[in-house]
Amino acid sequence: MSSSASLHSGATPALIAPLAAPLPLAPRDAFPLLAADPALRYLDSAATAQKPRAVLDALRHYYETANANPHRGAYRLSVAATDAYHDARARVARFVGLRDADCLLFVRGTTEAMNLVAGSWGQAHVGPGDEVVVTRMDHHATFVTWQQLAHARGAAFRIAELTPDGRVDLDHLASLLGPRTKVVAFPHVSNALGTVNPVREIAALVRERSDAIVVVDGAQGVPHLPVEFDRLGADFYAFSGHKVGGPMGSGALLGRRALLEAMPPWQFGGDMIAFVGDEVTTWNALPHKFEAGTPNVGDAVGLAAACDFLAGLGMDAVIAHERALVAAAMERLGAIEGVRVHGPAADQRSGVVSFSMADVHPHDLATILDERGVCIRAGHHCAQPLMRSLGVPATARASFWVYSDAADVEALAEGLESARRLFAA
Amino acid sequence: MTVSDAQLAAIYQELILDHYRRPRNKGALAGADARAERRNPLCGDEIVLEVAFDGDVVREARFSGRGCSISQASASMLTQALRGRTRAEAEALVRQFSALVHGDAGAAGDEGLGELRALQGVARFPARIRCATLAWSALDEVLRGA
Ligand SMILES: Cc1ncc(COP(=O)(O)O)c(C=O)c1O
Repeated sequence: MSSSASLHSGATPALIAPLAAPLPLAPRDAFPLLAADPALRYLDSAATAQKPRAVLDALRHYYETANANPHRGAYRLSVAATDAYHDARARVARFVGLRDADCLLFVRGTTEAMNLVAGSWGQAHVGPGDEVVVTRMDHHATFVTWQQLAHARGAAFRIAELTPDGRVDLDHLASLLGPRTKVVAFPHVSNALGTVNPVREIAALVRERSDAIVVVDGAQGVPHLPVEFDRLGADFYAFSGHKVGGPMGSGALLGRRALLEAMPPWQFGGDMIAFVGDEVTTWNALPHKFEAGTPNVGDAVGLAAACDFLAGLGMDAVIAHERALVAAAMERLGAIEGVRVHGPAADQRSGVVSFSMADVHPHDLATILDERGVCIRAGHHCAQPLMRSLGVPATARASFWVYSDAADVEALAEGLESARRLFAA
Repeated sequence: MTVSDAQLAAIYQELILDHYRRPRNKGALAGADARAERRNPLCGDEIVLEVAFDGDVVREARFSGRGCSISQASASMLTQALRGRTRAEAEALVRQFSALVHGDAGAAGDEGLGELRALQGVARFPARIRCATLAWSALDEVLRGA
């Protein structure tokens, strides 16, 4: 493993063939937590990403120079906070290809975004006899939110099944669509398998066969792939800032203006009103109508810094980097006795490798790897309906991001070999 | 053996791996007087514990379910340790086992725990304590409910 040290210094990524053992795309030094612990092998970026120094600096800078309650004060500091918030929205919107930045709502994360769409659009438009469609690979944030909305509104809840290699079965999905379909929700990328779904193709299929809204859970999309909302064909797209290298508690919901304008508010309070009468209240314009109360300006600024950081790397380079690591990991892990890798081929994934080892529980694998400084996730990945269809209670999952490199893959593989030896003995 | 292998050995002792590979008292218990189920929502592991009493004394205990080596070995050892104990003794054992896996030095030195002491290494792995106590939590319910 001593060779890994030299990989971090000096060499120019551009000189390395794309599919050779990958160097980190962004140096570990740019991430204070990783820089402080050179031995740490953090392979749980799909759960949350480590934060670039640029993000931490932006947070500090905002609180040290511009902190005030925005939209309220008639003094310059409050205007600075308002400007910072407005500017953050514009930068995040640009990063995800949304031209009309007022259609980007800041929320706490994907979970809150999904609850907003269900609680506002869903409550207003879904009724008895209607149908709501999700997929077998949805995260509980999407699956449970729409399941409960369907139950509450007396609608049918339908689940599009997967192909054996872990992609959405488009024929089965098509067979579920019809005039009663009101909502089709699915992940851009599966957090449990890494499968990248063809969003544009699915959206076109939905349009062809129904008037349903297309709701995309982009929690694993924005951190790993180029996203251009205006050309995706989706009506709503949600993501979490903390998986993009931004602060926890930040995130955004993107929506089409016509839908957002027609939707009732979801939460009430300050900022979201225009006029408050004794009996009636009117609503503020977008985006404020959906941002009740003092906004989370600091974290919006941090999220914008994370988007700038990724834009600097280039999202095409990010996904190419992750795929090179995944291909290397699938090959290396696949050669270990008893290991089964779940999900599709490397070129149809983001940087996720979900796997099982015969006779060794994922929890035991995670503990054995943890002892070697390798952090992986073991569990159902908030996707119990998917685990049932894979026929396992849980899987182990390694996930890569911009700071991951070949040494991570090797440490993972060596840890698994040690687990194999321990349990075979 | 590297340092890290030595540390692993502290949790994955041969005795634990042996109970995992060849669980004792596994399967349904005909004529059980009490039954309790536990699930670890994090990993979907599940344990069903069934106990038969002769008056105040445990005649037999069996378990079923699936899970990691720690939860399975712990359940297997529990069923062995329980046989022949009174309710009061079983309750004391639940408390002492909990102390053991939470790192209590007194419990680690308690020879009355017998083979169960092999699980003391779990104390160093907070994320795994729940695995070790799954079956014991079911036993606690059995003792309270009956
Ligand atoms: C695909 C997917 N959807 C939704 C979520 C929920 O995101 P959050 O917990 O940040 O709201 C996650 C993260 O765990 C995810 O991976």
